[in-house]
Amino acid sequence: MKLKGAEIVWECLVREGVEVVFGYPGGANMPIYDAMLNYPVHHVLVRHEQGGAHMADGYARASGKVGVAMATSGPGATNLVTGIATAMMDSVPVVFITGQVAAHLIGGDAFQETDVTGITLPITKHNYLVTRAEDIAGTIREAFYIAKSGRPGPVLIDICKNAQVESCEFVYPEEVKLPGYQPVTRSPRNLLDDAVRLIEKAKKPIILCGHGVLVSKAEEALMQFAVKTQTPVASTLLGLGAFPASHPLSLGMMGMHGEAYTNMAIQNSDLILAFGMRFDDRVTGTLKTYAPKAKKIHIEIDPSEVHKNVFVDVPLVGDVKNVVSDLIPLVDEYDHDEWLNEINEWKNESDSRSIMNWEEDGKLYVAHLIADIWKATGGGAIVTTDVGQHQMWTAQYYQLDTPNRWITSGGAGTMGFGLPSAIGAWFAAKDQEIWAVAGDGGFQMTAAELTTAVQEGANVKVAIMNNSFLGMVRQWQEFFFEKRYSAVNMIAPDFVKLAEAHGVPAKRVTRREEVHEAIEWARSIKGPTVLEFRVEQEEAVYPMVPQGAALHEMIRRPVKTAG
Amino acid sequence: MNYTFIALVENKPGVLNRVASLFRRRNFNIESLAVGRTENPEVSRMTVVVDCPNGDVDAHRIEANLYKLVNVIDVQDVTHQPVVTRDMALIKVRVGPERRAEVNGLAEIFRARIVDVAPDSVIVEITGTEDKIEGMIELLRPIGIVEMVRTGQISMTRGTNDGVRRMPGMDGRRYEDVMEMAEMMP
Repeated sequence: MKLKGAEIVWECLVREGVEVVFGYPGGANMPIYDAMLNYPVHHVLVRHEQGGAHMADGYARASGKVGVAMATSGPGATNLVTGIATAMMDSVPVVFITGQVAAHLIGGDAFQETDVTGITLPITKHNYLVTRAEDIAGTIREAFYIAKSGRPGPVLIDICKNAQVESCEFVYPEEVKLPGYQPVTRSPRNLLDDAVRLIEKAKKPIILCGHGVLVSKAEEALMQFAVKTQTPVASTLLGLGAFPASHPLSLGMMGMHGEAYTNMAIQNSDLILAFGMRFDDRVTGTLKTYAPKAKKIHIEIDPSEVHKNVFVDVPLVGDVKNVVSDLIPLVDEYDHDEWLNEINEWKNESDSRSIMNWEEDGKLYVAHLIADIWKATGGGAIVTTDVGQHQMWTAQYYQLDTPNRWITSGGAGTMGFGLPSAIGAWFAAKDQEIWAVAGDGGFQMTAAELTTAVQEGANVKVAIMNNSFLGMVRQWQEFFFEKRYSAVNMIAPDFVKLAEAHGVPAKRVTRREEVHEAIEWARSIKGPTVLEFRVEQEEAVYPMVPQGAALHEMIRRPVKTAG
Repeated sequence: MNYTFIALVENKPGVLNRVASLFRRRNFNIESLAVGRTENPEVSRMTVVVDCPNGDVDAHRIEANLYKLVNVIDVQDVTHQPVVTRDMALIKVRVGPERRAEVNGLAEIFRARIVDVAPDSVIVEITGTEDKIEGMIELLRPIGIVEMVRTGQISMTRGTNDGVRRMPGMDGRRYEDVMEMAEMMP
């Protein structure tokens, strides 16, 4: 069957099971957009390519499938860059397809020509420049395989315009031949035995649950292992939801804004079992004093993460689900009551400082609002966030019992991620309630995607936590720069009018007693809504491990009642 | 300290850039890099000499990150292995007929060859270890080096031994296995 390159693109996408594509047409990908009309793939016209990249990312995280985003050459492709880097840092499988000028024009500074494979080389798992129609099918097949296998990540395919219009025999390759790409999925028995010996000896073990647990769908295995060995489970920001927050063995989030008792538990543990996490600086604090008494077992699919930040005693390279499942029959049942009691004492002390115990003072605190949304939605909504204070409060107070409900930019820390990723998630889970929590700063970065939500009828609830500050930067300036506020005061547009101008129903909430009604109002509307909460301006996220400090050296919330 | 890696990579456009970019991104300084074909037309071979200020920790990280590149098939660290190592240099020396014999004599001692003679210069071709070439350069310098080019170091392990593959969990992975998997045996 002879087909044009542009048709081959869609033939392949359909075969990969792609149902929705987020994109923006332009000169260099017009043949692809022309061919699209003949194929059963829904295209979402975004308002900015960055939004499209985040939507594909949100879709991938919510569905567990590969997201697809498209853009034209030059500025179209460069606008994707932030979204690609976001997906790279959080190991999200997204295939990006960009148009490129015709092969014979490459290198000649043609109109809208940019070296896109050069630009994206360090922020993709792999990328391709395709100059001939014959190479399209094999490349797309490989790209999907690479994106979703091993440690997932973004793959970019830059397709020259001539390759889109030229015709060739269409052959969909059955197999992928990648001699240099053989992800290791299981650990050898001798290393598993080493791990078991450490587990047997441990008196104060702790599991650090990372994003890898969700990626490899190891939630069940994690639960079995934790319960059998009575090991408490702390979570990274991206690992939240993999282990139910309400479980007695759950310690919640660790790290810079993690629970104080969780960080204390890590620092005092004698065995760390790291499941699919990478000892990021935001979870370790300074490495010199990180978990000094603990032996470390690292289960990780990416060998380059092993010994990268923290030297480990037993590296178990492989898929978390496989490795943990292999470990379960090798370990005995233990009880660690003494250790769990020790942690509980720290926990009680933490609870006494909790903002949840504050008396009502009429002001709006983000932590309370998140708890309100959590209550209203029964803790079951898909929640996306931007980056900053509201993100940390959401991580702390939207307590997840179920996996794949939590979509946030962790590694890259990309502002403007919340709204578009929520729209993307909606395409993966149209029957679920979806909330995008944003700050006033981040929301303004990608607010134009409100129109995309309207055009698609995306049922996403936006909650803007407006403190008229770039809150997290302000907090750092307060703590570490003698409260010299520099470029953090921010006026915002009238968010209600802005939303309404987009055709989105919106409400502003300024008082505590309006909160419940507003949340229920938003939930009752089918389609996008915006709630703007005017929150306390100079509230800080606690606890906080200052950059470069040890994990147990936290700035704690002052003990006080509201006033 | 300098570490020497042998990397087998797919012979495709852009692979050298991916490898070089990796060293740049991770802030490692390449001392020498030689790339060429192998007995298998689909595979290129790189010998990379890299400064590793933190020793084995850096070496591990380099190896792991090289593996992460989709086009990299195999990586061996041969720093501490018995290897045959060669570098080649072409050295143009400004020399007239009166001192040509002197250069010729030096070339003989170093088992180098004169490969071009012009009225006022000669080109000396020398192969050997880096030390040997450095030694020859030192002696030619006072006579007058006009220009010089070096290929960079290439290395091959002696006998049937492989270099070290320190990738955790990847023990037992051999070139033959990978090649067989990919049906790429020459």
